[in-house]
Amino acid sequence: MDMKTLYLVVPLAPLAGAIVAGLFGKAIGRAGAHTVTILGVLVSFLASLVIFQDVLAGNTFNGAVYTWLTSGDLRLEVGFLIDPLSAVMMLVVTFVSLCVHVYTIGYMADDPGYQRFFSYISLFTFSMLMLVMSNNFLQLFFGWEAVGLVSYLLIGFWYTRESAIYANLKAFLVNRVGDFGFLLGIGLVLAYFGSLDYAEVFHKAPHLADQTISLIEGQNWLVITVICILLFIGAMGKSAQFPLHVWLPDSMEGPTPISALIHAATMVTAGIFMVARMSPLFELSDTALSFVMVIGAITALFMGFLGMIQNDIKRVVAYSTLSQLGYMTVALGVSAYSVAIFHLMTHAFFKALLFLAAGSVIIGMHHDQDIRNMGGLRKYMPITWITLLIGSLALIGTPGLSGFFSKDSIILATQASDLWGSGFAAFAVTAGVFVTAFYSFRMYFLVFHGKERFHTAHAGHDQEGGKDDDHHGHHHGGHSTPHESPWVVWLPLVLLAIPSVYAGWAYIEPMLFGDFFGASIFVDSEAHPAMASLREHFHGAGAMALHALMTLPFWLAVAGVAAAWYLYLVRRDLPERIRQRAGILYTILDRKYGFDDFNDWFFAGGARLLGSRLWRWGDVTAIDGVVVNGSARVVGQLAAIVRHLQSGYIYHYAFAMIIGVAALVTWFVD
Amino acid sequence: MQATNFPMPDLLPALPEIVVLVMACVVLLVEVYSKSRAAGYVLTLLTLLAAAGVTTFTAGPDTAYTFSGMFVDDAMADLLKLMTYLAGIAAVIYSRQYLADRDMFRGEYFALLLFAVLGMMVMISASHFLTLYLGLELLSLALYAMVALQRDSATAVEAAMKYFVLGALASGLLLYGMSMLYGLTGTLELAKMAEALNAGVKSELVLAFGLVFLVAGLGFKLGAAPFHMWVPDVYHGAPTAVTLFIGSAPKLAAFAFAIRLLVDGLQPAHGDWQQMLAVMAVLSLAIGNLAAIMQTNIKRMLAYSTISHMGFLLLGVLTGTFAGYSSALFYVVTYVIMSLGAFGMVLHLSRAGFEAENLDDYRGLNARHPWLAGVMGILMLSMAGLPPFVGFYAKLTILQALVGSGWLWLAVLAVLFSLIGAYYYLRVVKLMYFDTPHAEAMAPAPAGDARLLLSINGLAVLVLGILPQPLMALCAYAMQASLQ
Repeated sequence: MDMKTLYLVVPLAPLAGAIVAGLFGKAIGRAGAHTVTILGVLVSFLASLVIFQDVLAGNTFNGAVYTWLTSGDLRLEVGFLIDPLSAVMMLVVTFVSLCVHVYTIGYMADDPGYQRFFSYISLFTFSMLMLVMSNNFLQLFFGWEAVGLVSYLLIGFWYTRESAIYANLKAFLVNRVGDFGFLLGIGLVLAYFGSLDYAEVFHKAPHLADQTISLIEGQNWLVITVICILLFIGAMGKSAQFPLHVWLPDSMEGPTPISALIHAATMVTAGIFMVARMSPLFELSDTALSFVMVIGAITALFMGFLGMIQNDIKRVVAYSTLSQLGYMTVALGVSAYSVAIFHLMTHAFFKALLFLAAGSVIIGMHHDQDIRNMGGLRKYMPITWITLLIGSLALIGTPGLSGFFSKDSIILATQASDLWGSGFAAFAVTAGVFVTAFYSFRMYFLVFHGKERFHTAHAGHDQEGGKDDDHHGHHHGGHSTPHESPWVVWLPLVLLAIPSVYAGWAYIEPMLFGDFFGASIFVDSEAHPAMASLREHFHGAGAMALHALMTLPFWLAVAGVAAAWYLYLVRRDLPERIRQRAGILYTILDRKYGFDDFNDWFFAGGARLLGSRLWRWGDVTAIDGVVVNGSARVVGQLAAIVRHLQSGYIYHYAFAMIIGVAALVTWFVD
Repeated sequence: MQATNFPMPDLLPALPEIVVLVMACVVLLVEVYSKSRAAGYVLTLLTLLAAAGVTTFTAGPDTAYTFSGMFVDDAMADLLKLMTYLAGIAAVIYSRQYLADRDMFRGEYFALLLFAVLGMMVMISASHFLTLYLGLELLSLALYAMVALQRDSATAVEAAMKYFVLGALASGLLLYGMSMLYGLTGTLELAKMAEALNAGVKSELVLAFGLVFLVAGLGFKLGAAPFHMWVPDVYHGAPTAVTLFIGSAPKLAAFAFAIRLLVDGLQPAHGDWQQMLAVMAVLSLAIGNLAAIMQTNIKRMLAYSTISHMGFLLLGVLTGTFAGYSSALFYVVTYVIMSLGAFGMVLHLSRAGFEAENLDDYRGLNARHPWLAGVMGILMLSMAGLPPFVGFYAKLTILQALVGSGWLWLAVLAVLFSLIGAYYYLRVVKLMYFDTPHAEAMAPAPAGDARLLLSINGLAVLVLGILPQPLMALCAYAMQASLQ
């Protein structure tokens, strides 16, 4: 098969699955829906593998496959850019998606919206692939919005629940803020470069490096800086960076499989991918890079803190995701794009694993998500236990596992950077290691070790029933012992655990220090030497792991695990006492730094106030009264007149024709 | 003594016409002797396919004249004829069940349909006022009879009567216009008329008079305002199977009529007819879109929608540019496809004793027949001109051509009226998807062939909308080859 056809197959196979499952879901039934979508994603995954091999052999592609519209010099087309960067993303997306598809069979087994769910996740896979394979800004934006839409649909999948509707609306609105910046950025690109094609824009970028723009009278900014910051604002929305992070924890209202697929492994990393793709632009602006780095550092550290006090198992993982996205963003800020993508990849594996394992725990616990009600599950769910442990170890950066290589590289790169703000960033990512280890193992110990609390602790759970995943409504009330999940649930866990272990040492050398990414990522090593210095000090994966035993991050991680162990297994009474002592601090964390309250008060309240004013004066009076109803009335009256003319009498008709001729004659014969 | 100076004409360019003529007579004869009702049906389909084969086989970029310059076979004619056969085939297949239910499944319908097709073919290939008029009358007479096919239906007979009387009036206007131009230029052959006009005319007054009458006749055939009055009544009164036919293929012939007459013959008077067409286009857009809003009967609604579409078509023709002509050709071809589907759906949902012609009948269609509702939805959205359906590109190319030749205000008007028009198309979609159905279940006719064709028809509208380039290129090519 021609490679170009194969490129087309990758996004279109899941799309076909989505269409079949979505439109003919009733006809093909549950088994039909999951078969067809899994088949679609499987085909897509296999095609991605072939393409990956082909890219490794040095074949890249950049070209249009379909021209939508040509207007003057502007061509709006669908095109693919297949290079190592997109090949990696395609592989990650299709692999995680495949695992999640399989897992969903078990997780959603009793849900009435089974076919709809499969249709959505396949549609998501299509959109995400269109995003990463794009060779132009327009298609990037299409994919960007499409994944946002599917994310919205999936967060509100259980649309009868108040909290789910609130969460999906919130995600949608917050992302609008980001997308607004993104769209402005794309607009500026079009205005200054006259093209939306990546290659053309990147080619022209160095010539525009010194051009300035005056947004406010008397203030001149570099165009590139403004473009990069605007584009990055888009990334902040999609990749949940401070202060646009508020939607991600709430998105946990969606079913767990999509938390793994969309809100951990793929969609939220779209921002990271986008910035890496735009590296030729970001490299031209130190200001933008510093901005990126500082935002990432804040997210990495402060969102980690919040993870330390969460009691909902999915929210712990959600805050951990925020924090890890912050790490990736820091890596982007220090021009270590390849490290960011590397961490994106390893994170996709272990975080999807953690989410799916958390989902497995939730199934085992009959849809109770409160970790205070768990404990001692190790015996009952051995496979979930061991895979979740592997995931957690990878996440905290245990030397040898995948997370270690990517996270340590980020820390080292940050330390080597000399951009403005890199000192703070280095501190944040290093301190973050302790925090990560603490919340990960706090959750791990509370769930799998200690006393079995699920026999007694359900009174509290029933009161917060609204927060749970209890859509199935089965087993509610009767609390039997947890049980291991069916094979369709644990198989993906095992499949994801494998790369969580080995993907680090196997790929660090080619991806970070070889020329795997080639021309797809551009780093100006003179101005931003972090990556180069990293390369200098690298002596193989084994040496790196050994050396780590003597460095600060490792001992911080150990300290985090130890602290979690001491507080949650040995001295169970201590956390409560600490909480009472640290009143204000705890309240700040509990209120999530007050962002939600502020947003609710200022933006939501303000918007409602403004809205009601505009509604009363602008809408009801001016638009409804005059424009809409007024014009509708005029149209209606005209239509009535015209209708009246159609009397049905033949002589009226003949008369009208004669009048018509007469009028034309008098007009033209003068 | 000279034997004769009337040489045997070259028959090859007219071969498709000859095939259809012979077969139409055969269908009539078979009807007399054959017991089988299906014979006419099968023969008609075969005839149209055979004609399509012949036309395809003889198609090419070259232009061939025959019958002493009265008949022309060029690329535009080939394309339009192929579309005519297609429309005929679709009409026959869509109508089968409907006709059978109403005891009209007889040779007359098929023979009349073939004669009408023949009339259109002659119109499409005419290069002389006489052939143009001959084709027009052949088409019209066949259509009058078809409308009246349901002899015991008062509305059908009334519609046929109106159509006939007004049609006769329009023919009179047309002939009067032709006679004036003949008096002015001394020829009835279109190409020679253009030459004569280029050389200069004795009286601008006579030219303008003649033009007005010709354009009025043309407006009647197209159903453009203010010569549109027959359209709603005939569409409404005729049996739906006939409405489907009247509403589709003759528009192709009328388009050819416009191009032959105005471009081939009267291009030198472009400045005059351009303004007449502009008046008619604006009136058609206004009346078509406004009146359609008030309709409760879908056949009437589609009739007014036809009027507005013809307004759009005129906008393309009046630019007088190559881009305008080819976009108008694209428009008429896609319009025929959409219109076939829409009327086909009305036919398909009707059954013995029940006409699915009220908009209320479409309430909640999605709940009962989601696929049919989906196809109808595609057709309606496409007619409204929404992307990604082909109707969007049809409107877009016309607007581009308009703006390109400096008619900005007309383009703005066209967009505004399309906006108003979107209302009534979207209302059908709303009825199908958001309203609760009536208590009595609506059962579509059990015609698998029609359902399959409907699906293809709807998907064609979608696929052509996603990949409009090939058809656009074909239209541009046909126009280019013909206008050289």
